Amino acid sequence: MDTTVTHNNSEEGTWSGGNQPLKASYGKLMMWFFIVSDALTFSGFLAAYGFSRFKFIDAWPIADEVFTHVPFVHGNFPMIYVAFMTFVLIMSSVTMVLAVDAGHHLKHKSVAFYMFLTIIGGIIFVGSQGWEWATFIKGDFGAVETKGGKILQFVDTEGNRLALADFAIEQASEREQHLGKNGIWYDQEATPTTYSIEEVKAGFAATPNALIRIQTLTEDGEKTVLSREASLAKLNKDGKQVVEGANLIHNEYGAPLFADFFFFITGFHGFHVFSGVLINIIIFFNVVLGTYERRGHYEMVEKVGLYWHFVDLVWVFVFTFFYLV
Amino acid sequence: MAHEHKLAIFRGTLKFKNNIQKIWGVLIFLTLVTAVEVVLGIYKPEFLIETTFIRMKLLNWIFIILTIVKAYYITWDFMHMRDEVKGLRRAVVWTGIFLICYLVFILLTEGDYIFEVYNNGFQSWDF
Repeated sequence: MDTTVTHNNSEEGTWSGGNQPLKASYGKLMMWFFIVSDALTFSGFLAAYGFSRFKFIDAWPIADEVFTHVPFVHGNFPMIYVAFMTFVLIMSSVTMVLAVDAGHHLKHKSVAFYMFLTIIGGIIFVGSQGWEWATFIKGDFGAVETKGGKILQFVDTEGNRLALADFAIEQASEREQHLGKNGIWYDQEATPTTYSIEEVKAGFAATPNALIRIQTLTEDGEKTVLSREASLAKLNKDGKQVVEGANLIHNEYGAPLFADFFFFITGFHGFHVFSGVLINIIIFFNVVLGTYERRGHYEMVEKVGLYWHFVDLVWVFVFTFFYLV
Repeated sequence: MAHEHKLAIFRGTLKFKNNIQKIWGVLIFLTLVTAVEVVLGIYKPEFLIETTFIRMKLLNWIFIILTIVKAYYITWDFMHMRDEVKGLRRAVVWTGIFLICYLVFILLTEGDYIFEVYNNGFQSWDF
């Protein structure tokens, strides 16, 4: 770096230029300031999530009941998979910092090797997040939405969740999905759910041990379960439509806002990881081609390293506020 | 360019021989903290849920504090903030911390107010 810029300001004043009061190069400084502004963007999102959660503090979904799956394994494992994702991202942060360190010692080969490992870690993370999204969108047990937009879930008398398929009674029906090609002005409706609300209501009435669980939390922080009579009355009076899985409008796990923020925040973070992987790939090829070796320093690796660690840093907060708290 | 790394963490109680050792040391520490979080999150000890401090469960306080601890070590050791000069460190860290605290305070207070309105208003939201 010092080969291109001549410093002869020793006898000139503080303000005559050429000084580096923060002892960091222009590029690194700008990366730091970008990180500050990006951190503020993310905290805006997370604070908005906190705002919505405080708005519905007595009825917010319990994350442990929402994210319970692990790929290739059946059963109920809250937190395990997301802990694995966190570890993958921290690990790729470590390989990144090892790459930076190797760069300081101008070890061409190990910089390339560690950059490669970092890219692999990033790809595993983004893939896991895609799987997490797919599981969330597909849904678990199914639920019923009321006229007021609240969610009714089903449990048996022991408190175990019941899936709609466990009790719904299929009825002959001639209802067909209304497609854009049939109606006027390309009006269309969403994909119909597996069971109609009538089928769920009939099945619920015929299953004596089925109860309804509403969103309101008890003092112990669990969802309130209604009595059999109250359940029947609630479902017949307020039940409006069946919800399976989650999208931006309906969400079988509880408040639609929960799904909205989940998609938006983890999506925005996933996009950061994705672009981080792309930038890492570019830098990786530059390392392999010897660009930085000829330049005499590996500061570019340091700069993308800062970005990559920042992505890890944000995930630490997303992990806490979405999955733990 | 000379690259001097400060090799001590935990306020100087734990010193490492070189930068690579420090990186692995910090990784072990971060993994440990995450493991503690996950175990607490799965088992949810009774008394940590029952006890509240400033209207929040003790367990949630622990999660948030451990998160900030992790954030500190990621920034200080992985991003080498420990080796930067004081001016750069403060320009980045204090700006962020001040603005984030301000935003969080305002939004959470407002959210709590709206909860009260929903809860005590004459309008029913559950139908």
